[in-house]
Amino acid sequence: MSATPTSPATPLLSPPEAMSQAMDSGKCGMLCLICSEITFFGTLLAVYLFYIGKDPAGTPTPSEVLEVSAAPMKVVFNSFFLLTSSIWITLAVRSLRKGAMGAFAFWWLLTILFGAEFLVGTGLEWYGMIADQGLTIRTNLFGSGFYTVVGFHAAHVTIGLFLLSLVFVLTLLGFMHKRHAEKIELLSWYWHFVDGIWIAVFTIVYIIGR
Amino acid sequence: MKTLQQPGHGNGSEYSRAPFLSRLHEWIATTDHKKLGVMYVSTGLIFFLIGGLEATMMRWQLAVPGNTVLSPEDFNRLFTMHGTTMVFLVGMPILLGVANYFVPLQIGARDLAFPRLNAFGFWLFLFGGLLLYFSYFGAQGLYGMGSAPDVGWFAYAPLTERTYSRGHSTDYWILGLLVSSFGSIATGINLITTILTMRCRGMTLMKMPLLVWLMLIDAILIMIAMPPLAAAQVMLLFDRLMGAHFFDPQGGGSAVLWQNLFWFFGHPEVYILILPAFAYVSEIIPVFCRKVIFGYPLMVAATVSIGFISLGVWVHHMFALGLSPMVNTIFMGSTFLIAIPTGIKMFNWVGTMFGGKIRFDTPMLFSTGFLAMFLIGGLTGIMLATVPFDWQVSDSYFVVGHFHYVLFGGLVFAIFAAIYYWFPKVTGKMLSESLGKCQFWLLFIGFNLTFGPMHVSGMLGMPRRIYTYHADRGWELWNMLSSIGVLIQIAGVLFFVWNVIRSLRSGKKAGADPWDAWTLEWSTTSPPPEYNFEEEPVVYSRRPLWDKKHPEDPDWKYE
Repeated sequence: MSATPTSPATPLLSPPEAMSQAMDSGKCGMLCLICSEITFFGTLLAVYLFYIGKDPAGTPTPSEVLEVSAAPMKVVFNSFFLLTSSIWITLAVRSLRKGAMGAFAFWWLLTILFGAEFLVGTGLEWYGMIADQGLTIRTNLFGSGFYTVVGFHAAHVTIGLFLLSLVFVLTLLGFMHKRHAEKIELLSWYWHFVDGIWIAVFTIVYIIGR
Repeated sequence: MKTLQQPGHGNGSEYSRAPFLSRLHEWIATTDHKKLGVMYVSTGLIFFLIGGLEATMMRWQLAVPGNTVLSPEDFNRLFTMHGTTMVFLVGMPILLGVANYFVPLQIGARDLAFPRLNAFGFWLFLFGGLLLYFSYFGAQGLYGMGSAPDVGWFAYAPLTERTYSRGHSTDYWILGLLVSSFGSIATGINLITTILTMRCRGMTLMKMPLLVWLMLIDAILIMIAMPPLAAAQVMLLFDRLMGAHFFDPQGGGSAVLWQNLFWFFGHPEVYILILPAFAYVSEIIPVFCRKVIFGYPLMVAATVSIGFISLGVWVHHMFALGLSPMVNTIFMGSTFLIAIPTGIKMFNWVGTMFGGKIRFDTPMLFSTGFLAMFLIGGLTGIMLATVPFDWQVSDSYFVVGHFHYVLFGGLVFAIFAAIYYWFPKVTGKMLSESLGKCQFWLLFIGFNLTFGPMHVSGMLGMPRRIYTYHADRGWELWNMLSSIGVLIQIAGVLFFVWNVIRSLRSGKKAGADPWDAWTLEWSTTSPPPEYNFEEEPVVYSRRPLWDKKHPEDPDWKYE
């Protein structure tokens, strides 16, 4: 408070210490964003769970489609790439903390490539489903749910890849420094979230849903 | 502006002399939480006038049986736009605007945590609202069908499916709300972060003003409850634009699922709207009773439990649907449960007033009105939570009366209380007390005359959303009374508009602390400088200004 007259009261009380904030604004904001994203995906997944097995007879079922064109091996292969990319991004952030820019660029690029592989894999899986199986979003409930849930996840991967690539370009141009480690870590949290959601999507769509 | 005394001296006059375009640019490009707060609240008030106009037209149509002022189609559009406007374009922006302005001031911060995100949130809200209203011109589509959305503010499936809602009116409803609710989520996240990480020295969680506590819980509810609405709306959009089958019963989709998803958002939304009302009166009542708030820790606990329980009561909007008795009973129980923390709050406000030296200035008058009207709304709410009673009056005018007592008698009265309370801080001018009192009594009488009789017409069996009725139902008197009440309310609102204009032009100057209040926003000038505080404040108790004014008897000795 500005210009408080010397009050007899205040000296009796030791001035409070600066608030020991548990986290900085960026971390708190990112956690909140992830929370709201979780409720978004939670809703989509709840709807997907609710509609399992409720399709009218005679339309392609999850087991037919997911077995023939993609599942189980191909999607497991893609998932492996996405999930391991979480390890590479952790190593990248660790390198940045130490100021090892070369190692940072290497792990960061590896994260991007692994994420890109997942996206390409999803694209090929969709191509197979649409072109060979004739399953689109309007075919049946399964199609509606599948493309919405997996599509929103893929959209989040795409956003993540765009941001990761931006950082990579900035690194190549020499704008990235050790002091940015805190902010880059936030981006890695988002990437971990995208991976974590994939575990939920995979469990519900490819295991429970089949 | 004729109140400027020293031309060419001081910031104020240089500022107001800037050419119009640069002033406009300053407002459009601003990231200042105070400017954005003013923009939020002003936009909300403009939408309030539009939504009120829509309600007036509906009451005109319903004043007498068999009236033909409006066509059935126009009537459907009006109640849809009225409901959507009042919830998303009046309630949300005003509550976010007041929080924008006063949360940083009350916690001694310079701004919100993410100022640019804050500006982004405001513009998303504004353009979302404009997108919704553009439907009046743009929703014709290729079919020449529809203009504004006409599916009700909760847009039940399958009425919203392409088969039944041709043209693009429902698409505008979806997209407008989607855009503006992304803005709300962004601002909600911003508020949570600000409150958790930017409090000044000494302000522990249990020393935060109640407004800050309530807005924290409110923002958490926004963060949890609005994304499910976005998800549901996206699925509906896919149904309509790409032929998906989520809410299309012929393709195996479920209309009941839409109701669940909508009300999983919709009921927390009711609390998102009413918690700020609680926040305003929790700030105003102690100041005008010259007492500390009664039972501060209990108020905080009640707020947190309302936040939790409000996420688990949504099925009480769907009792008439024919769900199993077990489900109905569970949600009846949880709805009764939420009355307990709400009741605790009522008693604490009354306890604060009890034995206080009450000053009935306009903010206090509106807060008292809030207490009485919200109590009625709360009690009819408990009636409606009782399943057998709900079956009798569900979707009748009884329900309309109930939620207007909550949202008009509750929220809008509290908003006016807040405007009269904080207007001097925001503009540096006092609003007129006599005009304010006229406004209060006109609004109070008009409000009760409009919405009181709705309980009766509802009991007599008048359904919601009908555009006209026959003369032999016994509803004529009650509808006529409701419509007359609207005229009195309009007079009240005109007093408010006149009061604001008059005060901005020639209002009495307000000092830094016109109400002799205790929270940090009153320690800086009115209006506050762009940097808010010259030095970072340090607080020792929940009433930092009391400590400053009464060093011989500070609050921190007793907390």
